[in-house]
Amino acid sequence: MRSHFDQQLQLLNSEMRDMGALCEDAIALASKALSENSKELAAKVPPIASALDQKERDVENICLKLLLRQQPVAGDLRQISAALKMITDMERIGDQAEDIAEIVCYMQGSSQKETELFNSMARSVIQMVTDSVDAYVKQDLELAKNVISHDDVVDDYFEKVKKSLVDIIVKEPDMGGFALDMLMIGKYFERIGDHATNIAEWVIYSVTGVHKSAELSN
Amino acid sequence: MCDNNEKIIIESNKLNLYYGDNHALKDISFRIPSNRITALIGPSGCGKSTFLKTLNRMNDLVPGVKIEGQVMYNGEDIYSKAVDVTRLRRQIGMVFQKANPFPMSIYDNIAYGPRTHGVRNRAKLDEIVERSLRDAAIWEEVKDRLNKSALGLSGGQQQRICIARALAVEPDVLLMDESTSALDPISTSKIEELAMDLKSRYTVIMVTHNMQQALRISDYTAFFLLGELVEYGDTQTMFSKPTDKRTEDYITGRFG
Repeated sequence: MRSHFDQQLQLLNSEMRDMGALCEDAIALASKALSENSKELAAKVPPIASALDQKERDVENICLKLLLRQQPVAGDLRQISAALKMITDMERIGDQAEDIAEIVCYMQGSSQKETELFNSMARSVIQMVTDSVDAYVKQDLELAKNVISHDDVVDDYFEKVKKSLVDIIVKEPDMGGFALDMLMIGKYFERIGDHATNIAEWVIYSVTGVHKSAELSN
Repeated sequence: MCDNNEKIIIESNKLNLYYGDNHALKDISFRIPSNRITALIGPSGCGKSTFLKTLNRMNDLVPGVKIEGQVMYNGEDIYSKAVDVTRLRRQIGMVFQKANPFPMSIYDNIAYGPRTHGVRNRAKLDEIVERSLRDAAIWEEVKDRLNKSALGLSGGQQQRICIARALAVEPDVLLMDESTSALDPISTSKIEELAMDLKSRYTVIMVTHNMQQALRISDYTAFFLLGELVEYGDTQTMFSKPTDKRTEDYITGRFG
């Protein structure tokens, strides 16, 4: 009865999955470049960030076309408007992975302890991004809620990173510049977690019709 | 439901209507707020037009019709024997899907109702005609041809003449049954603007198949299906997060 519209919505879902996969690739590559201190790997991140920019345009086009031509209401409207909001966060995730890769290119030195913490952070935020996009496609409320609660784990990692960097600065003042670079990287990972949280909040809106911001203002 | 702090102008209680064996309205309990636009939506045959017509007793003349339950208007059951139906229809006016101006001049179309209700004074009639045509947003277009036939106007103009004719008897409530479905987008938007302007002084209840129209102008929307009132609430909520799956299926075009 509305097969063309449903096909377009499926296309939207598959584009969102693709965009989510690109986010995961960008984070994983930036993290690997960091732990292996590899400029070659770091150089592969900016093209993925560009691909994410392009994907954002593509999804925007699909959504605007659907809004114009189908004039969606109810669940359809929520699904499409949620996608429009989510892709902004997904595109920012690409930028932040790129920022991490950029630091890897000029950073002097390395530290085993931070590298391990960053690996854990990267694994956590990748899982958050995967789950948030999965929750969107499956309209899975519980999965979206899990993503949001998992953000605390990422924040805890960031606190550990900060403490450890303070130690470095106190004990090895010469490593101050290095510590600041590491702090930036930690902050970028922490921000990626925040973006995944934003995505999950829009998934909740898509499923329930209520966004966190509306709950707060009520 | 409408907000609790709304003033209710019409309220039906367990309204049932039968056309012979056909149970066309089933236990409709519906509180319609004053000075708001309420849209009735639903697929063909769902009972929305039938319900609209019960509000000024337009179904009375249908052979074999049986009506049970109450329709309270300003605290009075409009189906009680004491009700003067002519007076009721003055208070609750109606505009139909197809413009149906009388085959007479524009002026006489508008003056017809007031004359029926006993207004004879020419100056008074002139005033009513001008006010009604202004309220219906068509005065500027017809003021120089008031004595010409209303049938010479375009469809959109004729429909606004019909609205002016309904307004001339100073109703409380205006029932609109698909009143823009035969009009082009410009005439439609004029009548939509008009409905929004009118609600400060009138209550508008409209049946529409055009969901975008319900979204654009109504404050409340009621969804009818198979003679039942399935869901009723503020329009934005109905179209963004309806609570009943049948509403969602209908408005997103998943029906059937």
